[in-house]
This record gives sequence, C-alpha cells and structure tokens, in this order.
Amino acid sequence: MTTSAESGLILPRYRRDPEGTHPPLDSPGYKSTSLRHPKQPLVLLPHKLTEVTGPLLGPGRLGELDHDLTRQHPEEPQGQRIIVHGRLLDGDGRPVPHSLVEIWQANAGGRYKHVWDNWPCPVDPNFDGVGRTITDNEGRYEFVTIKPGAYPWKNHDNAWRPAHIHFSVFGRAFPQRLVTQMYFPDDPLFSQDPIFNSVPDEKARQRMISRFDLGRTVPEWALAFEFDIVLRGREATPFENEEEDA
Amino acid sequence: MSRLGSTPSQTVGPYLSLGLPWPDGPAVVEDGTPGAVWIRGTIIDGAGTPVPDALVETWQADPNGRFDHPDDPRGAQPGFRGFGRCPTDDNGEYAIRTVLPGALPDEAPHIDVSVFARGLLHRVVTRVYFPDHADAHADDPVLAAVPEERRHTLIATRTEDGYRFDVRLQGAGETVFFDV
Repeated sequence: MTTSAESGLILPRYRRDPEGTHPPLDSPGYKSTSLRHPKQPLVLLPHKLTEVTGPLLGPGRLGELDHDLTRQHPEEPQGQRIIVHGRLLDGDGRPVPHSLVEIWQANAGGRYKHVWDNWPCPVDPNFDGVGRTITDNEGRYEFVTIKPGAYPWKNHDNAWRPAHIHFSVFGRAFPQRLVTQMYFPDDPLFSQDPIFNSVPDEKARQRMISRFDLGRTVPEWALAFEFDIVLRGREATPFENEEEDA
Repeated sequence: MSRLGSTPSQTVGPYLSLGLPWPDGPAVVEDGTPGAVWIRGTIIDGAGTPVPDALVETWQADPNGRFDHPDDPRGAQPGFRGFGRCPTDDNGEYAIRTVLPGALPDEAPHIDVSVFARGLLHRVVTRVYFPDHADAHADDPVLAAVPEERRHTLIATRTEDGYRFDVRLQGAGETVFFDV
C-alpha cells in the first residue's frame, strides 16, 4: 500500500515483474515487431486510482455454451477432444475469483476461422475456436475444446507455430491485464519459434506450457491439460489490511 | 507466502478479432447518453502504415471521477462499466463511445489505454487527456513525468462528434507509452 501524498488515499501497488519475464517489444526474430515496437523509452506509470482499479466483467458476458467449444454447432468438430483447466492466481498464490477468461485458437488442422487465414488446410464448419468463461470462487476455470494443430507462417523459412491457445485475462486491476498463449508439453516446434522464445527467462517460458493431466482425463471421452495463469501480485507493506484478501 | 512468477505475455497474433471483440465493446455508454462522445483514432506503425490487426481497450473513471471497483478507497460507485474495447478496421481505425471522465483527487481527467496487436509481444499502454482540461494538465503528476516535447501525443484533439486520438507505435511523433 502507498499513500498518495496529494490525495491522502491509501492505494495498493502492484509488483513489477523481474527482467526477462515478458518478451521485449523489440524482438527481431519475430519480424512483425520491427515496425511496431516503440523506440522511445517507456515512462514509469505510478499506480494511482485508474491503475489500482479495472473492469470487473461478470457473467453477463457469457453465453450458455461459451466454455464448450465442441458444442457450439449442430455437430462436433474434428480432432482430439481435450479439457483445458487451471487456476487464475496472483503472484502470492491467491486465487482471482469471478474473473473473465477468453480464449481463441486454430482448429485440429491448424486453421483459424478467419478471413485472413488461407493456408491449405480446411476450415471445420463445426468449430469457431472461440471460448469464454468466468473463474469460480477458487479462481478455477475449465474449457472443453479440441487440441489445436500447428500451422505454417511466413516469418522465416519453413516457419511453424507450435500448437497453442490464446488466453486473455483481466484479473482485478489494470496492471494485471494479460494476453498470453498456452502451449502443449514437449512440442518439437518450440526450438524454432521466435514467439515462444521471445521470453528471455527460461523458467518464465516454461510457465506458458500446460501440463498433461492424467487425473482429469475422462475415460472414453477426453484428454486433459492443466494451465495455471499467474498475474502480478501486490506489494506487501505494513499498511496491508483485510482488503488485501477480499 | 511463497511468491509465484508471472505468466509471460505473448502477442494476440493476426487473428485476435476472432476472440476479443464484443458487439457492445465500443459502447462504454449507451447511445443517447447525455455528454456521450466518440473517441476515434488510427493505430499507425513505424512506416506510417495503419495497423488493421490491433485492438484498443480503454479504462476510465465516471464523470464524477469514481470507479465501480472495491479497491477504490473512496468506495465503489456502481453502474459505470468504464471499459471499452474496439478492434481496428481495415484502415487501422478504432472508435469508442464514452463520456468524459471526471477529475481524480490529484490527476487531470484521463483514460488509460492498452493497445494489442500482431507484432506486439506485450500490450503497450498510454493515456488520453483532453484539451478541455488544459489548466489541470499543468499539475498532473503523470504528464509532469513525460518530456515536455512529447506531452502533446497524450492529448486528444477535438472533432465534430468528440475527439481524435491517434497512436503512433514508432517513429516521428511516437506516442508516449508507459511502463505499468
């Protein structure tokens, strides 16, 4: 907590992540960064009222089947049915409850249902590849979907993206907003992927890889992967009060 | 309590418009709300080319400078969503319909903005200030930390139906971005 001298308000403050946790905006291996990364230094933004708050988006944003990407059409999509589940946590291990989780992904063959994606792999008429859910009281979320395929892109010679699912989460305050990608264990394409490898810290990179979860597989029905998402925690100070655990 | 390392950021990629836009995303306030304005702008890359695969998100106080959020020590003021979200179109343009935020205890009225795009491995964050509050800008602590010659990149310009706020990701007139 810090006291804003001018206003006298006591506000939480969110810890900054260690160097190497997030990719540098200038990552030459990923060519699209070259004209899109700022060249001027970032200016430090103190955590004031706009930053210690954020959109708390609730169930009104969800359709009944938004969490099950295999049941959004009259027939089931092609591919390996999987359960993707995990917890949304802050950096102190506290669950982030009632928080929106959004995902989007390619189909089993690695094709997105997007007008710009035109590589020679069929669209699946029974798969949109878009899901939403809200974390429960313990910060847990769960989706049923299809394991996405790898796909080629034109970043470098014979470039392939490892299979991944895009995740978008809000947490409870503006500094916690995160968009990431969930990868699958032991993907042989990691070594040549500049997006996965844009994260400098090896341990941080591993945190983007889901865990095969035999315990959550459903016999005769689906495999399962576990993916916890960790958002920035708050600074601990002597001024902490019960609000911290709210 | 043991600390956990944060999950790294990754790019939204070129197909963000599958998963992120909402039909009502651009409408922070409903049509016909008194004082409603459109904030429109173009996201522009280092070659001066509009970026058609970006998403803009906004977060702001209500017209009284209050938030519908339990961590506001003045108490939550329910009812104002405060959040807007709009993908860019083929011309790199976005539009958000909102009302001007009120002043905060020691800050000029402003809106926090995140920009996501293919080629951005992490969102970039900026702020919109308004020409209507020029007097308050002199005392704003965040503007004060920005080099004077770059402050103008954070101030929207007036238009017929609201304001224009372009975001230049790189190069001449590069928008000021913040480390949150």
